Amino acid sequence: MSMDLSTDNKMTWTGAKNIVDPQVSIRRGALYVAENRIRNMLKWWSSIIAFGLGNPTLYLLSIGIGVGTLVDNSLGPNAIDGVSYLTFLAPALLATAGIQGAMDEVTWPTMEGFVWDRTFFSMNATAITGNQIVNGVMLAAMARCVLQVFLYELCLLAFGAITLESMPILLLVSSLAGLGFASLMLAFSASIKDDDGVFALVGRFVITPMFMFSGTFYPITSMPIYLQWIGWISPQWHATNLGRALSYGMPIESWLLILHWSVFLIMAVIGFAWAHRVFTRRLEA
Amino acid sequence: MIVAKGLTKVYGDFKAVDGIDFTVRRGESFGLLGPNGAGKSTTMKMIASTSQRSGGDLLILGKDPNKHGPEIRAHLGVVPQQDNLDRELKVWENLMIYGRYFGLSRKFLKGKIEELLEFAQLGEKRNNKTEELSGGMKRRLTIARGLVNEPEILMLDEPTTGLDPQARHILWDRLFRLKELGVTLVITTHYMDEAEQLCDRLMVMDKGKIMAEGSPAELIKKYSSKEVLEVRFGSENNAAVAKKLEGIGERLEILPDRILVYAENGEKALEQIVKKGLHPVTSLVRRSSLEDVFLRLTGRTLVD
Repeated sequence: MSMDLSTDNKMTWTGAKNIVDPQVSIRRGALYVAENRIRNMLKWWSSIIAFGLGNPTLYLLSIGIGVGTLVDNSLGPNAIDGVSYLTFLAPALLATAGIQGAMDEVTWPTMEGFVWDRTFFSMNATAITGNQIVNGVMLAAMARCVLQVFLYELCLLAFGAITLESMPILLLVSSLAGLGFASLMLAFSASIKDDDGVFALVGRFVITPMFMFSGTFYPITSMPIYLQWIGWISPQWHATNLGRALSYGMPIESWLLILHWSVFLIMAVIGFAWAHRVFTRRLEA
Repeated sequence: MIVAKGLTKVYGDFKAVDGIDFTVRRGESFGLLGPNGAGKSTTMKMIASTSQRSGGDLLILGKDPNKHGPEIRAHLGVVPQQDNLDRELKVWENLMIYGRYFGLSRKFLKGKIEELLEFAQLGEKRNNKTEELSGGMKRRLTIARGLVNEPEILMLDEPTTGLDPQARHILWDRLFRLKELGVTLVITTHYMDEAEQLCDRLMVMDKGKIMAEGSPAELIKKYSSKEVLEVRFGSENNAAVAKKLEGIGERLEILPDRILVYAENGEKALEQIVKKGLHPVTSLVRRSSLEDVFLRLTGRTLVD
């Protein structure tokens, strides 16, 4: 059945029952959410690339090359773990890229979705569920995370900081760190009423310390013991340490190896469960 | 299309919707009226299958929304009170992504978007970001978006609040066309003229309960008189004069600034008043409206 509205406006109308199969959204809802997030991201692709690559490149040049030269000159070229400072630093920088890339796609978009544009409510008015929104947002965040880590790897490869063979495993480790941390941040972002500077606080008191005290620039054991706990609870350290072990063969005990992998997994499991719960409740209210 | 029995929603110990019964039939245009906090929006959310009911029964398109929310929502169109368009995206992209949520193909949506842009008179704005649109345009886009899946029921929560008269009339015209297409409409509004224009049947709610139900004409017949005579004797005199007016018309309502005489024939009532030797400063005879019904049922006291 289709009919004309009037002479100046023709609209075909077959009816939802004939054109919409609910099972399609029930199966693929998360993909549609991710599609929307990626469409949004593409509006910002130049700044995503610039910040994603620019920031770490600055670290690479200033610390990696600058400090690296100093370290290698004064302590000898293989002072830390028997490798150059740049090689030692590379896995840490990749972990940062992974965590940052994923996090940027879950914090602000969640504020936008619940508070500023309320787009999550518009998604939920269709067949899309809260759980699918969580999964879709994470999917898009991971797409950016993987891309950002990969581009950064190319940078590091060009500077000779990593080898071609270590790229896949470093990509996996850094992306998993991003997945674990971002899923927690997604749930956290969904639990706060409005920004009110919360993210600035998180940046200052969580992200920055995590970056500074996670054995990023020197082995965590060089720090006094009362600061080492920051590393222990930080995905940044777990990714960095794991990356070092798996890329250039830093000696590591097997229990620690298992712990590193488990940390990402546990964070992700808790993060997703928490996010599913918070999203469903908040959409319902 | 919608059947509610004893429908209840409780937030903590506050009963937002308190055991209401109603039915909406296919092709009908059903209006929900009521002051702020009456429970209209909560009822709408339950029909939209995004908020679970606390008690009673509810069937939408023959299904229970507590169990089949996504299936029901796939066949509904929702226009929320607050526009929730994606500001980063262009006008056409907003329609595209929304259609994608229903699992519609890009090919189908390409054609659909053209139709909807024309319907919403937004063809020239297709490549603008939504933040560049006026309030009326945003509203039309939100309505167009709600039509992308050719919904069985279109739900509109205060569709014209905050719009200028021109924008409201354009919207009414668009909604009337949908009605002609056979789309079932469920509308909440604060505007009685809007309810009279658009709704076949109305439900007046207050404090979570149904105060009255019927077509606009039925409600006016039942809760008001055919005509209303408004007389003013000056603010100080109204109360004193009112005592002398008793017995004229079916009912009197004394307001601070004027007296309303509900009567079958306003002119006759005015004659009776003049015969008593009373001379109002101004007088006005008008037809009874939904607004009179609404104020009678929900009171004139301001609720916030």
